[in-house]
Amino acid sequence: MPSAEGVFSWQPLPAWLAAIVAFGYLSLLFAVAYRADRQARLGRSLTDAGWVYALSIAVYCTAWTYFGSVGRAASGGLWFLPIYLGPTLVMLLAPVLVRRMVRVSKEWRITSVSDFIATRYGRAAGLGRFVSLFVFVGVVPYVALQLKAIAFAFDVLTGVPEAAAAGWWSDRSLWVAVVLVIFAALFGTRHLDVTERHEGLVAAIAFESVVKLAAFLLLGAWVTFVVFPGPGAIVEAAQARFGTAIAPLDAVDGLHYGDWAVMILLSGLAFLLLPRQFQVMVVENVRVGHVDRAAWQFPAYLLLINLFVLPVALAGRLFFADVSLDPDTYVLALPLAQGQSLLALLVFLGGISAATSMVIVESVAVATMVCNDWVAPWWVRRRQVAELGHAEIAGTLLWVRRVVIAAVLACGYGYYRLTGESFALVSIGLISFAAVAQLAPAALGGLFWAGGSRTGAAAGIALGVLVWSYTLMLPSLAKSGWFEAHWIETGPWGMVWLQPERLFGVEGMAPLTASVVWSLGLNTLVYVLFSLVFPPRGAQAQGARRFVRVESSAGAGGVWRGRVGVPAVAQVMARFLGEDRTRELLLGYARERGLAAVEALEVDAAFVRFAETMLAGAIGGAAARLVLETLLEEATPSFDDVMHVLDEANQIRTYSRMLEEKSRALEKATRRLQEANEKLTELDRLKDEFISAVTHELRTPLTSIRALAEILADDPDLPREDRLRFYRIIVRECERLTRLVNQVLDLAKLESGHGEWQPEALEMRDLVQEAIETIVPLAQEKQVRLEVSIEPGLPAVWADRDRVVQVILNLLNNALKFVPAGAGIITIRVGRQAAGEVAVQVADNGPGIPPEFMPHVFDRFRQATGGLAKPPGTGLGLAICKRIVEHLGGRIWVESLPGEGARFTFTVPIAERLEPGNEGGGHDDEENPSGR
Amino acid sequence: MTKKILVVDDEENILISLEFLLQRAGYDVAVAHDGDEALAQAERFAPDLILLDVMMPKKDGYEVCRLLRQDPRHEACKIVLLTAKGRDIDRAKGLAQGADDYLTKPFSTKELLEHVERLLAPGTV
Repeated sequence: MPSAEGVFSWQPLPAWLAAIVAFGYLSLLFAVAYRADRQARLGRSLTDAGWVYALSIAVYCTAWTYFGSVGRAASGGLWFLPIYLGPTLVMLLAPVLVRRMVRVSKEWRITSVSDFIATRYGRAAGLGRFVSLFVFVGVVPYVALQLKAIAFAFDVLTGVPEAAAAGWWSDRSLWVAVVLVIFAALFGTRHLDVTERHEGLVAAIAFESVVKLAAFLLLGAWVTFVVFPGPGAIVEAAQARFGTAIAPLDAVDGLHYGDWAVMILLSGLAFLLLPRQFQVMVVENVRVGHVDRAAWQFPAYLLLINLFVLPVALAGRLFFADVSLDPDTYVLALPLAQGQSLLALLVFLGGISAATSMVIVESVAVATMVCNDWVAPWWVRRRQVAELGHAEIAGTLLWVRRVVIAAVLACGYGYYRLTGESFALVSIGLISFAAVAQLAPAALGGLFWAGGSRTGAAAGIALGVLVWSYTLMLPSLAKSGWFEAHWIETGPWGMVWLQPERLFGVEGMAPLTASVVWSLGLNTLVYVLFSLVFPPRGAQAQGARRFVRVESSAGAGGVWRGRVGVPAVAQVMARFLGEDRTRELLLGYARERGLAAVEALEVDAAFVRFAETMLAGAIGGAAARLVLETLLEEATPSFDDVMHVLDEANQIRTYSRMLEEKSRALEKATRRLQEANEKLTELDRLKDEFISAVTHELRTPLTSIRALAEILADDPDLPREDRLRFYRIIVRECERLTRLVNQVLDLAKLESGHGEWQPEALEMRDLVQEAIETIVPLAQEKQVRLEVSIEPGLPAVWADRDRVVQVILNLLNNALKFVPAGAGIITIRVGRQAAGEVAVQVADNGPGIPPEFMPHVFDRFRQATGGLAKPPGTGLGLAICKRIVEHLGGRIWVESLPGEGARFTFTVPIAERLEPGNEGGGHDDEENPSGR
Repeated sequence: MTKKILVVDDEENILISLEFLLQRAGYDVAVAHDGDEALAQAERFAPDLILLDVMMPKKDGYEVCRLLRQDPRHEACKIVLLTAKGRDIDRAKGLAQGADDYLTKPFSTKELLEHVERLLAPGTV
């Protein structure tokens, strides 16, 4: 690689001057940062301004930009542009993309790009660790590049090659690195909590952005308007000298428009996801609104810093056309060659500022990452941490970060010393870009697509990193002469299709383009496919949805069963966040929920999430989760608790089943009550009817009795004949009344079941004989013939003697009423009916029963007249018969055709069938209380 | 001129007692044992007043009352319902069918005669 010294000589500046200026500048940086921090503590934020935010984002422009852009423009024309077009395009999308990232990160208190990915995929600690490790590895060469640029700038300025220095202690870039470690440690690790931003750091970065811009603009203006009469003159001179002002786009190294597209994409993604960009753009963001203004301010910055790249590059080529000078040195060489020492020093400072700002932010960002992803999760789980207070914990973790910062710079420095001259500035930067771009599918996909899963993210990133290493990193190392490189050209083990720079035999792309296409393409594909096949589930899916929609963490809680109270959680929070801050946060949370005091809070799922998020801001998501799990695991996942919860669930299920049963039973009861009520209503109606009927039956004879008695009383001179007639009627009606009252009482007794029953084994023959003997005088009076036939050898029946005689008598009396006087025949038959029953049949040759009256024969107070005048009788006889027969366990029915008489039959069970002592079918009392 | 009274009841003993009572009070009396017979007797006998039992076989007192009231020839005939049911609803039902009066069994002979006399007095509509 060609270098400046020896070939073209200019008056170099003394090394001590360069050193003084450089370290003086760094001191100024300290002052700026210190002042900004002090202002912030006084409540006057210097960084709470849109333009400061935009300037801090300009940390994107590193030494690579500062020295490299001119170099690239000199050799590749407009090829220096795409790495600025990418960020410009991204910033045009900032109101959608960056704003969303910022809002999500604030919501979840995300501390770094690896934390962003880990948090999105369900606080995936492993994923976070892998990403931070990969980023660390990917960033070290980039840091090395900056240190190299600083050394390079010293070399050019002083004319003394670094390599010629006496020893490593005289290496000024080493001392710069040391100072940067101190600066980053001082201003980049002030607070553990992410929400307490590093104001001093950001202010210093913004200041550095101003310095590098001002220096470059001054140089450009000087070259364009002082050395040359104007940009037009430079272009004309170049055309006159080289035939063309700038190299055509496709004329340099076989570049294609596709390479442009890939480069724009690559730089855009790197701009979003490089640790330092994420740090200033997302983590250090004061207000989301600043993003909107930065959307035009930052592209404007890029435009300004690139304004004079082409003129300076052309001027350099014209100026140093005859000497072999690295175009990267043009920016310093030009003023030096013109004897403009002051301008050269200013440009030198611009370069220093570009390099240092990058190193500072990058190292702080990586330190946070490594601390939160690797150290904190491991450390906070150790038991002894539980005894430490906030000061010790915060102090320890901040020291861890400081150590990591030193480690990053040490690695960077070591890398730089090892590789020495072997790396071109550009290639190192682009390899880092391509590395960081592998995070894009997981990070950006996860930002907009809730379906992206942890499996998809891990698989995508892993494959992307693999392809990146194989197609970009390995060839790059090989080309630097680290190992035998012939297989890069021939493919491993002679497999041409595995040639790293022409993977799968695809030709025609620049190695970088091919690597990006393959790695990013496969990465994205695998991310999407694996996410579809293994979609996020459970808590991860829930988190993903909240992440994508930026739902409030204070959303619906859900159930959390634990014995840990708010004070315990608050105590843990205080250990990492400090007492005051914790109280403030808890109060805010309580107020948000409409509670007056912290004491009113309860530990539910939402509260745990809140605590986790707050802790995540200090120690990263993975460690925060671990801390809370350690705290809560004593309460929740214990076997007893799970069993308890299961028990409760079981109980609840049992209760619910019991409730269901109860409700069914209630329904049934209601139905039965309804039925009973209907029955009661019906009974009530029947009772009313019965009373009404009884009343009627009582009043009718009373009417005759009273009328006749009054007639008799009023007229003592009534003829004796009439008097006697009336007396007889009165007596008959009184008998009728007596009979009625007796039968009503009898029926009531039967129906209420209080009748006196004396069942015994009886011969039906005897009973029938007894009844007939009673009725014979009446029959003879009416000249009715009684025909009796009794089957011999009948078994004894189990019945109450008087009651059965009563039934037979009732039936005989009934028949007697209806048979025609003089020609009446009543037939009585006794025999077996069905098995175990003896039947008694009473048939007459009366008028029979009209069909419409048949259903009411055994009803109370229903009397068929059979075309005659009202027959004597109470209308209760047959009703009583029915009650008695049914009570004895038998049946009674009637058959009749009008004009052919009626035939009543009743049965009584035989004694063998019924156990002696069993009150002969007494159950009927209960089942048939109404006596229907 | 002797007023004519038709007595309708399915109880023979009631017919006996009322017929005797009314005849002795100077009325011309006819009897009927059920609704159909009552209508036939009303046709033939053209009574000035009918004592009509409600609970009768065949047509009951209400129906007989309704049918009589539909016939313009019996417009002037007074109808007294006799019933063993003493409830208000029965009284209202009877009056609704066009009866002029209503007596609940058992009644006193004096009460009956007073009612009959009042209904048959000239000028009574």
